[in-house]
Amino acid sequence: MANTKKTVLASLLGETTLVRGISSILIFLVIWQIGALCDDWFGVDILGIGLVPPPTDVFIAFLDVIPKVGYWQSWVASFSRVLTGFIVAMIIGIPFGLLLAVNRYFRGVFFPPFEILRPIPPLAWVPASLIFWPTNEMSIAFVTFLGAFFTIVINVLGGARAINISYLRAAQSMGASQFDLFWKIILPGTLPSIFTGAAVGMGITWEVVLAAEMISGGGTQGGGGLGFFIWSSYMGGSLEQIVVGMISIGIAGYLSSSAIRKIGYLLMPWKRLF
Amino acid sequence: MSPRDSATSKENKNNSGLNNASSVTLRDVSKSYGEEWLSDDVLKDVSIDFPAGELTVIVGPSGCGKSTLVNIMAGFEQPDKGQVLVDGEVIHGPAKDRMVVFQETALIPWQTTFENVIFGPKMRGEKSGKALKDEAEALLVKVGLGEFIHKYPIQLSGGMQRRAELARALINEPTVMIMDEPFRGLDAMSRSLMQEFFLDLFEENKKTNIFVTSEVDEAIFLADNLVVLSNKPTSVQKVLKIKLPRPRDYKMLTSTEAFEYKREALELLHDEAMKSFAVLK
Repeated sequence: MANTKKTVLASLLGETTLVRGISSILIFLVIWQIGALCDDWFGVDILGIGLVPPPTDVFIAFLDVIPKVGYWQSWVASFSRVLTGFIVAMIIGIPFGLLLAVNRYFRGVFFPPFEILRPIPPLAWVPASLIFWPTNEMSIAFVTFLGAFFTIVINVLGGARAINISYLRAAQSMGASQFDLFWKIILPGTLPSIFTGAAVGMGITWEVVLAAEMISGGGTQGGGGLGFFIWSSYMGGSLEQIVVGMISIGIAGYLSSSAIRKIGYLLMPWKRLF
Repeated sequence: MSPRDSATSKENKNNSGLNNASSVTLRDVSKSYGEEWLSDDVLKDVSIDFPAGELTVIVGPSGCGKSTLVNIMAGFEQPDKGQVLVDGEVIHGPAKDRMVVFQETALIPWQTTFENVIFGPKMRGEKSGKALKDEAEALLVKVGLGEFIHKYPIQLSGGMQRRAELARALINEPTVMIMDEPFRGLDAMSRSLMQEFFLDLFEENKKTNIFVTSEVDEAIFLADNLVVLSNKPTSVQKVLKIKLPRPRDYKMLTSTEAFEYKREALELLHDEAMKSFAVLK
């Protein structure tokens, strides 16, 4: 029965990859369940996972939390922080990276300080930015921005510098001006790297936001974001809720990177497989 | 605006003349790279005449600076000494009268074949709309890519990419075509098909063609004039007139005449190759 159901599902969706994805998640959940309940069943505590609540309990905690406004406010708070930092990083980072790539003087002046600041982990900025920025919110946004900024700039710079010089020369001999070269060759040629940088930067942004929310204490209920949600669950001793928070972040990160992939797919038709 | 203006004035002059081919002259062109104390002389007093409307092939040992020569003729690089003249006028930088077909494909990957072909005229705003579309399509059909107009370069085979690139160059109505080892990297079969295709095209439009290669057979099959270069620092060893009749046919390569040319060219190249080989020892 289960077998026929699966084939019907597969043919309905017409996509074996989807079925494969769903079954792998199911298998993962089953292993998790067995691992978590090992102690109850056999009296053997598996190190690391023995104390983790089983997925069934987490599921119940999830149902418990879904109708609560505070939980969704955490989503909104974290998402808006991520988006603010990320979008500002894109708006400043892409032109900055392109300028570094195309202008020797600009590169000479701005690349050395950039390279000194780049290795500093975003979280190392947290104490300083809590002091320097007037509000908690602004310091979180700033640290989030830093997380994405350096990655985006480095990718844009590398991508623009790696453009085949023959494209530029071909365009030049066909009469391209500097303006044409920038808009028709350099910018589209850098687009794949911009999206690589965006995808990696988005991941870092989520990491940074969560950590910053935990460190800064987030403020009031709901406004604290998912990081604070996890932290307060830890303080309240609710193991299930901690895992709910973690899974929420996983889903949020997945949604963000899917969105970037989708936009990249739409903007770069030549990159689609044929 | 000034480079564009000079390009138009040159174009007008060509139109007032009767031909669509320019002569190109290299006069004592020298080029070296690196600092003075550690400089690498690539070209040394290279003087070559490329007669208008003829196909001149440049052969030389590999690494002898053929690409540098191409870059200088195209205007991408400036010579340290000497000049490049097109129809008697010194060139300053690249212009659409000299189109280059590059070693590896230089089709722009994010543009379809069609967009690549219309890139030049559309950017310059010379032609537009239906006239440009018709012309581009006709050219693409002519190079056998009628069904691949809306494909991206990555979807084309190596031979198709070279043909698309020829179409993209030709739509700019150049008076000189500079080909930098354009068929390198193609398999033997596509390569010989491309050579025949290229010859047909040349024999039809009779533009000035400068063709760089390291293959002696290819050189003799194509050339009116065969310029044999020396090793670095590169200079001209000898210019051979290839007097095989046109239109050319592959069978001509097995004629005694062709063998004579080949023997002579190979001897010259071999001596040069040995010199650089000996340096290694």
